[in-house]
Amino acid sequence: MIPAAFDYARPTSVDDAVGTLADGGEDAKILAGGQSLIPMLRLRLAAPTVVVDLGGVNDLRGVTDDGNHLVIGAMTTHDEIMNDPAVRSHAPLIAQATRTVADRQVRHMGTFGGSLAHADPAGDLPSVTMALDASFEIAGPSGRRSVPASEFFVDYLTTAMDPGEILVAVRVPKMSDSSGWGSHYEKLNRVAQAWALVGVAAMVQRDNGTMSDARVALTNMGPRPVRAHGVEEALRGAPATADAVGAAVAHAAENTEPADDVTASAEYRTHLASVLTGRAVRTAASI
Amino acid sequence: MTRISLTVDGVRYDDDVDPRTLLVHHLRDRLGKVGTVVGCDTSNCGACTVLLAGKSVKSCTVLATQADGSDVTTIEGLSGPNDALHPMQQAFHGCHGLQCGYCTPGMIMAAVDLLADNPEPSDDEVREGLEGNLCRCTGYQNIVRAVQQAAADMRAAAPRTSQSADAAQEVTT
Repeated sequence: MIPAAFDYARPTSVDDAVGTLADGGEDAKILAGGQSLIPMLRLRLAAPTVVVDLGGVNDLRGVTDDGNHLVIGAMTTHDEIMNDPAVRSHAPLIAQATRTVADRQVRHMGTFGGSLAHADPAGDLPSVTMALDASFEIAGPSGRRSVPASEFFVDYLTTAMDPGEILVAVRVPKMSDSSGWGSHYEKLNRVAQAWALVGVAAMVQRDNGTMSDARVALTNMGPRPVRAHGVEEALRGAPATADAVGAAVAHAAENTEPADDVTASAEYRTHLASVLTGRAVRTAASI
Repeated sequence: MTRISLTVDGVRYDDDVDPRTLLVHHLRDRLGKVGTVVGCDTSNCGACTVLLAGKSVKSCTVLATQADGSDVTTIEGLSGPNDALHPMQQAFHGCHGLQCGYCTPGMIMAAVDLLADNPEPSDDEVREGLEGNLCRCTGYQNIVRAVQQAAADMRAAAPRTSQSADAAQEVTT
């Protein structure tokens, strides 16, 4: 299958990319690694008039440490991220979840920013950024702005970015060894390289025998990732025991809208949300 | 049309391509590298796997323009001088790691990429490392054996010298 014809631009700076996107009008589309867009082009589910390839914008690639945060360039590939020493030590949740994305070939081309901007509800990384309280740095015709993860994912394949804007980087608070935080991403997919039926990103802070704080976010329990606030509240201040986690996970599917489709029923997804939340939280809290 | 320059299996090619051209079609239809095959055409099966800048990619899910300026290695570029088979090719042959053979070019390229990262994988790591490649004949048993055989052969032969042609020859099609 061959994509519909399009004009192609390969800018070399963020400013050029923003300008090229504006010139391209409403039907211009950004190409990051292409691992979601190119299949859509081939199936002609997408037929942009202009494709703006960010592969030549070197400023969008790489991970930097600015003290309290890691700044992950949007065009950094999954493979680069999961092998990056700073990500592995300061944001292990990202490294661990990224290792489960798709397969080796896709991880070599696919990018962190591309998968976040695509905002597929079954994508693993959106819920990870929610659990990390990351923020999204966006460039557009009127300058730069920052959007918290909690406001970035708006709906199915829809983010808070305007059509003329480009995701530049994601800022992730660093997890220090001494803070007592642990993390884990747990998902269920039935066959290799399949999308997650449900995924759970958990961050839990332990203070000796209690769980002093927790942030839990769910993948594929609705059109966008959601924080499981009921679970978080039940965990906060609870003893770090399997019983306490077991009681908290009863809240996992609150305020979710799981899809009922060929891959799983909504009822099964609701069941998975509590089971996988239990596994993710126990591992994150070393229980 | 967009001008691109690729070095494929050690030979440089400069071409004008329609931007919508997929890398696999450029390799096969323009450069005649028909050893790389199209399987599912939906980014699932991995039959079209090649190395782009040394890393495995599915060439049906890469635009030719995205590969501009890069080295590409296809199944046709793996063999050594005098067409000596690469250890991975030899092992697939010796361990009967194929039946119909359609997935084999992609399997071999993905396996070469895997061993570059992990020269001594467990069987589980081989299976997980090849999760992007589907075989509908063998049930994978002999493929895993072949990758393990190649891994052992390559470790025994290490340090191997690079078989890539450093002095790239200029060809314009």
